[in-house]
Amino acid sequence: MDLENQAAIRRLADEVGADTLVVVLGATEMQGLELAASTLTDGDPSYAGALAGVSLRLPVYHILEAGVRGGLPADVAEEQLGMAAMVADVDQIEAAMGRFRSAVGAAPR
Amino acid sequence: MFEGRKVIAIGERDGVSGPVIAECLRAAGAEVVFEATECFV
Repeated sequence: MDLENQAAIRRLADEVGADTLVVVLGATEMQGLELAASTLTDGDPSYAGALAGVSLRLPVYHILEAGVRGGLPADVAEEQLGMAAMVADVDQIEAAMGRFRSAVGAAPR
Repeated sequence: MFEGRKVIAIGERDGVSGPVIAECLRAAGAEVVFEATECFV
């Protein structure tokens, strides 16, 4: 995950508290998605960024998950996400996000 | 869904971008405190 973004997120967590934060991801390629989710829950697996060894355990969601899309205004969801939802493997994304939330005990709070 | 929480939107160039995620969530009333678009290679 981008090193500057890691630093910014760590600053935010320090300033406002990790328990007030929730992450929504947009990657549709599974390797990148899982790397980002892993970094934001367990820390940077590459040990290169500000989140190396920092387990923020942030709850991670994906914008294409039904539970997230369903909470958006329908016209906005269709206009902004309709095409991405058609080409992405949403079932695979939902399964991966569910695994991450379960693993870190970060089910919806 | 994210009521009372501060949202970090991390998009991806080949997926859904950060600004699109942020726009969608703000339309639903969420407070987006950070947004970015990454490029995974």
